[in-house]
Amino acid sequence: MSAPLINLPAHAKRGEIIAIKTLISHEMETGFRYSSSGTLIPRNIITEFLCTYNGEEIFRARFYPAVAANPFLTFFTVATASGTITFTWTGDNGFSETASANIVVE
Amino acid sequence: MSKKERNPTRRTILIGASCVAGALGAQVLLTIRRAQATPATMAAAIRQVVGEATVNPGKVHLDLPPLVENGNTVPYSVSVDSPMTPSDYVKAIHVFNEKNPQSNIISVHFGPRAGRANFTSRMRLADSEKVVAIAEMSDGSFWADTVEVVVTIAACVEDGLP
Repeated sequence: MSAPLINLPAHAKRGEIIAIKTLISHEMETGFRYSSSGTLIPRNIITEFLCTYNGEEIFRARFYPAVAANPFLTFFTVATASGTITFTWTGDNGFSETASANIVVE
Repeated sequence: MSKKERNPTRRTILIGASCVAGALGAQVLLTIRRAQATPATMAAAIRQVVGEATVNPGKVHLDLPPLVENGNTVPYSVSVDSPMTPSDYVKAIHVFNEKNPQSNIISVHFGPRAGRANFTSRMRLADSEKVVAIAEMSDGSFWADTVEVVVTIAACVEDGLP
């Protein structure tokens, strides 16, 4: 449904700093808007993003309603070993989405 | 008939008065609904993160366009001047705004494994306002960069409001 997009190099040299780009589709309803009938639209946002590299946390973010719809993040990490980089988004109303990508480090 | 139109009766005056009162009421309602955070609430939100520590200018670079056409999605990036070694690295970057309904935008946490204390994302801005990025270093010091942004179409008000 929310189909996260992940972009990172498939191969890297050991010790190289690589860029990781993530995009997930989510409306990020702020909880500050009113519908045309005057009722407050309840908040529905992603609140946490976590990125782990072979199980070890490398990047974490706390989102607030001021994060634009379809949250996009670019960040960096040092390529230390071949393995899996896992991404988890959690949010309001039990929202949870996981994606992962493999990297080969020479 | 013609006399009635020229000289307002008690009834027409009352109707007119209630219309004005209604309009004023709606105006007040609108103002309340568009409640904003203020520079004071931003300062309070920053205090919650930094505590009693002083926030120094420098080291942080907040890259944000000075003129924004659409406040719903404003691209920005924050980079911090740091060697990112196990003994000297950036622990976190917090981004705040002055006039959105809530002062916090995002908090990101790094470790020495990040290699580069840098991230890019997109924010919402409700008004022309100041945006502040604060970096928390591993030695406990705080550094900040402030950017003033002019927003032509604000976020948060696009639909729903009468």
